[in-house]
Amino acid sequence: MALSEEEIKSLIKDSIPDATIEIKDLMGDHNHYSAKISSKIFSGKSKVEQHKLVYKSLKGKMGNELHALSITTEEK
Amino acid sequence: MNTKDEIRDIIEKNDICLFMKGTPDSPQCGFSMAVSNVLKHLNVKFKGINVLEDQNLRQGIKDYSDWPTIPQLYIKGKFIGGCDIVKEMFEKGELKKILEEKSLI
Repeated sequence: MALSEEEIKSLIKDSIPDATIEIKDLMGDHNHYSAKISSKIFSGKSKVEQHKLVYKSLKGKMGNELHALSITTEEK
Repeated sequence: MNTKDEIRDIIEKNDICLFMKGTPDSPQCGFSMAVSNVLKHLNVKFKGINVLEDQNLRQGIKDYSDWPTIPQLYIKGKFIGGCDIVKEMFEKGELKKILEEKSLI
């Protein structure tokens, strides 16, 4: 069920190759993470669009295998 | 009424809608509680919609917004974001600004 930090990172990297990603396992349970992601593709996009790009990279896992991922996005 | 029309109806009839788990007085999830508390702190009236009471609505709002998580905040018919975005906007004063611009505060 749960996803590892490495799996999350590699999914995001597949869709957003230039992403710099910092992930924290907030409770040590592989289920509640926070991720700080910066990429050039975020430039000129609204926060909603930026977060949608991250959710899309997780291919439907968000809200399913991945219970909680708090996202912060930044333009590079 | 199908779920999509039902959601559109809720969003059109209420200036500020929060689709959440639980109710503003009794949130059932930390993320829903966080957004609900932000709105309470800003002292605005909002409609809390408990998606746990209706499975169709719970999935329907995710499809409607193309957004995989709950809570979801709508202001004057526009999707503002989930917990992370709302908290960030609140901290930067942007949420208050939007509410002021829409004369909701």
